[in-house]
Amino acid sequence: MNAIISVKNLSKIYASGFQALRNIDLDIRRGEIFALLGPNGAGKTTLINIICGIVNPSGGTVLADGHDIIRDYRAARSKIGLVPQELTTDVFETVRDTMNFSRGLFGKPPDPVYIEKVLGDLSLMDKADTKIQALSGGMKRRVLIAKALSHEPNILFLDEPTAGVDVELRRDMWEMVRGMRENGVTIILTTHYIEEAELIADRIGIINKGEIILVEDKTALMRKLGKRQLKLYLQNPISSIPGGLNGLDLELSKDGSELVYTFDVHGEETGIASLLKRLNEHGIDYRDIHSSESSLEEIFVSLVSEKR
Amino acid sequence: MNFYAIRSIYIFEMARTWRTLMQSIASPILSTSLYFVVFGAAIGSRVGDIEGVSYGAFIVPGLVMLTIMSESISNASFGIYLPKFTGTIYEVLSAPVSYIEVLIGYVGAAATKSIVLGTLILATARLFVPYSILHPFWMAGFLLLTAVSFCLFGFIIGIWADGFQKLQMVPLMIVTPLTFLGGSFYSIYMLPPIWQKITLFNPVVYLISGFRWSLYGVSDVNVAVSLGMTLLFLAVCIAVVWWIFKTGYRLKS
Ligand SMILES: Nc1ncnc2c1ncn2[C@@H]1O[C@H](COP(=O)(O)OP(=O)(O)OP(=O)(O)O)[C@@H](O)[C@H]1O
Ligand SMILES: [Mg+2]
Repeated sequence: MNAIISVKNLSKIYASGFQALRNIDLDIRRGEIFALLGPNGAGKTTLINIICGIVNPSGGTVLADGHDIIRDYRAARSKIGLVPQELTTDVFETVRDTMNFSRGLFGKPPDPVYIEKVLGDLSLMDKADTKIQALSGGMKRRVLIAKALSHEPNILFLDEPTAGVDVELRRDMWEMVRGMRENGVTIILTTHYIEEAELIADRIGIINKGEIILVEDKTALMRKLGKRQLKLYLQNPISSIPGGLNGLDLELSKDGSELVYTFDVHGEETGIASLLKRLNEHGIDYRDIHSSESSLEEIFVSLVSEKR
Repeated sequence: MNFYAIRSIYIFEMARTWRTLMQSIASPILSTSLYFVVFGAAIGSRVGDIEGVSYGAFIVPGLVMLTIMSESISNASFGIYLPKFTGTIYEVLSAPVSYIEVLIGYVGAAATKSIVLGTLILATARLFVPYSILHPFWMAGFLLLTAVSFCLFGFIIGIWADGFQKLQMVPLMIVTPLTFLGGSFYSIYMLPPIWQKITLFNPVVYLISGFRWSLYGVSDVNVAVSLGMTLLFLAVCIAVVWWIFKTGYRLKS
């Protein structure tokens, strides 16, 4: 079986009458890192919370590793670890105690060696016996991750794991996430930072207003939409693009002072060298060049606005 | 059965108890001692024996029950309200546990604490009045049943409450009056006939009466009825908790 999580026709209408999810269909592949992207209020947390058993679905089904999350909740939930979006931690307990609690809660016998390893992986070793109230926000985030990992889940949900986390910890976290994927853990994360998804994910799903609007391999998505633009600021304005430059994806600004060349980052060759050569042949001089890429950010913004 | 989960919750809750041990023990023992001084010694000396039991001894079971009930409710309600308040409840909701396991963990820990306290009160009482225990086995049984039932009740209140105010309201507005009017300090036969009838609607009467019977062999109502009513209360609480977990009432949106 390929899909480790299979969401079918899932809807959620909150008691307030607000529909947070509309007929979501989504398959997460075994062993992948899946990034769920969407603006505030898109329904990311709602989706995750339903899969994890914190929110009741209004309709539809979810299978986790083949187990229905409601009928067969024990089997389903024991595979899943969740790092929630909010920093909800205990206060008076120590880091180690709270991890032992989590492990037991998920039905695993105590394993001090494993707990020690997770503490080490998350650089929490020196805080292991500190009360959580004495930790900084970033450390609390790590504690939440440590708790989620304490029962050795093979599916891990990270709901905005990098909120309030510094660069260093972010890098450590991605390293850890990749390491976990090596060990066969499937990771589903949500984020607002598109570069993050670009950096870490194998596949990306985009959700907006409770609907999945796109799911695609990251590389395919980037190839499909990852156009890059080269802007040339001309020394002297020209009235039209010379005939000799036909066949190239060129655009001239209204005043004739800027030339925009669009090319595919993932193409065989960019064609920049030949463009510059041919411009030279036609006696077109430029004083500056600026290159920009359409990042996931742009893709995302355009997709979301298309839907509106 | 997820025994590790039960164990985890129990240990976690007991750790909370140990951290606050002094205030948990000090305040009930102090207030009970005050009751003994005021009711047992000062007033009690002017009140004759009730059904052959000296007044000081007569109020012992009521005071123990008073502590057990109020401690059970406050411990259990706080135990489940706190994770709801801080949000850490997400973990319990996402864990592979059934409501039975959650219940055994939380209620077990809360009941342990109130039974320990009840026993301490019983021991403290011994400093003030000599008494003997006629049916120790039944006494332990009533102690346990009452502690468990009221912890369940407290658990329900903790889930229902959406503010600290509500958390304190029920014990203060309902349970304290019922306990005081439930024959802690008097035999219901000392009441006018009409009030004797009305009092029988108070479930606490049965608990105190049953407990008193296990100590002295005297009771306001038949001990079998006491036991039956206690079990009934227990069953109602279990049913409510089952419903809460089934629907996710106040736990899941
Ligand atoms: N308990 C609730 N009752 C009513 N509406 C809710 C509830 N929880 C969430 N919502 C609404 O459902 C929508 C989706 O919320 P959700 O938390 O899933 O969004 P999100 O994609 O995680 O957003 P963010 O990026 O801000 O975390 C929002 O409009 C939110 O207001
Ligand atoms: Mg969210």
